[in-house]
Amino acid sequence: MSESLTALYVFVLACFIGYYVVWGVTPSLHTPLVALTNAISGIVLVGALLVTGLDEAGWFASGLGFIAVLLASINVFGGFLVTHRMLSMFKKKNK
Amino acid sequence: MELTLNQQGIAYLISAVLFIFALKGLTHPATARRGNMLGMLGMAIALGATLLGSQVQDYGLILVAGTLGAVIGIVIALRIQMTAMPQLVAALHSFVGMAAVLVAIGTFVNRAQAGTLNSVLMGELSAGIVIGAITFTGSVIAFAKLQGIMSGAPIKFEGQHLLNAFMGVVTVLLAVEFALTGDIWSLLLMTLFAFALGGTLIIPIGGADMPVIISMLNSYSGWAAAATGFTLHNDLLIIVGALVGFSGAILSFIMCRAMNRSIINVIFGGFGTDSGSGDSVGAVAAEKGVKSASVEDAVYWMEDASRVIIVPGYGMAVAQAQHALKEMMELLQARGVDVKFAIHPVAGRMPGHMNVLLAEADIPYDQVLEMDEVNPQFQGADVALVVGANDVVNPAAKEDPSSPIYGMPILEAGRANQVYFLKRSMRPGYSGVDNLLFYRDNTSLIFGDAKDTIEGMATALKGGGH
Repeated sequence: MSESLTALYVFVLACFIGYYVVWGVTPSLHTPLVALTNAISGIVLVGALLVTGLDEAGWFASGLGFIAVLLASINVFGGFLVTHRMLSMFKKKNK
Repeated sequence: MELTLNQQGIAYLISAVLFIFALKGLTHPATARRGNMLGMLGMAIALGATLLGSQVQDYGLILVAGTLGAVIGIVIALRIQMTAMPQLVAALHSFVGMAAVLVAIGTFVNRAQAGTLNSVLMGELSAGIVIGAITFTGSVIAFAKLQGIMSGAPIKFEGQHLLNAFMGVVTVLLAVEFALTGDIWSLLLMTLFAFALGGTLIIPIGGADMPVIISMLNSYSGWAAAATGFTLHNDLLIIVGALVGFSGAILSFIMCRAMNRSIINVIFGGFGTDSGSGDSVGAVAAEKGVKSASVEDAVYWMEDASRVIIVPGYGMAVAQAQHALKEMMELLQARGVDVKFAIHPVAGRMPGHMNVLLAEADIPYDQVLEMDEVNPQFQGADVALVVGANDVVNPAAKEDPSSPIYGMPILEAGRANQVYFLKRSMRPGYSGVDNLLFYRDNTSLIFGDAKDTIEGMATALKGGGH
């Protein structure tokens, strides 16, 4: 089985996990869900690191990678922190 | 220390599991914060494993860009107002899209230099670029609409769908051409077409369909991450991309269902506009035969009520009335009134928008009810107070088969003994449909800014005791 085909297996199975996990999310937390998934999709930062950090990367690829690292890290840090801020506001009665 | 590929793989697996638990944590407000923490931990492990791996050798640029990004991200997250959350999310989605495009092009350049390009890889790169680019411009347009830089009204013109279809086909053909030949010009053209397509796909969608747009772009940003994973043969990115992609897709589906519209119907251009003219309030109201009431009238019915249900909508966010509502709620509770909040799934500009604003005002989440939970409680409630919502309580959705919103599930506020609408003017909701509830005998309208009106109610409740 080729590497790409294995990747496809992983992808399809992960879709099923996503489907079942997300249906369980309570509607009152839909905004934090969007913010959290957005922070998590900042995982493209991993890709950006791999492009930028490559020893042989030329100036052009490094430049692209630099901007990608910048944007994705705004996502990661901003996304998780704003989700945290939102979730801290959800309180129960008498607390 | 340098991690081997297997050690790195195990770290990625742990990180993927942590992300799944993070999403799982959002099942309930009580576990949600822990979920977010697990997400952070997952991200830290993923980034650490990447930086310690053998592929990353040059840390200079990464350190500068990463620090800069972290500072910007933290400052934005601390400063942003809760009412501006939809804009922030749109902006962040655009960053993911752009990052995916840059990573794909950067990978192409690196691999071309190393001479390890092949058709499968270039096909995957094309997918990453196209999805990323569409996510980017789509999110930029969504941001502009939410921020008020662009009108929220749908932009439509003759042959729009034909043009989009044409551009879509051209983009795909260029992608195929690129995958087969590696021609840099087809790569460039494909990228440009995809950027343009992101814009033209989003402009016909009305500003009030924002909850669907935000969810869709959320989904796209996930698929963009997954496509990046395919190009880099990185299973973590693929898993995370699939999770996020499906999350957004499910939200889009929930939002569409709550409006009784198909996703196709939303994508191909919503009805109505987001803006409207505030006609001379009193004259129109008199002509249409609605009752207007004063703050005191509403307070009279609320102060001795046993149950009051508040229905917030986008107007509450615009007026920033959530803190005033909290004060009024406490005054009513002190009088022994049971106060509940009723939330329609598409109230506001993004999924769950109202819940966050109410939480911001310290309103306990167990008093904030979803549509199915709250609907049976309207019967027998003394007062339903509608604050800046409209279509979501319109009985036309149930009673008038000719209405464009017919079939949409609504909050049955009309079943309460008294219904008070806090409105700025007589203009209809975004669907442009007249609200039948206005003309009911038990309905009265209180004109004015929602925040001022509610503060007035609070003052009356404080002063005018029995």
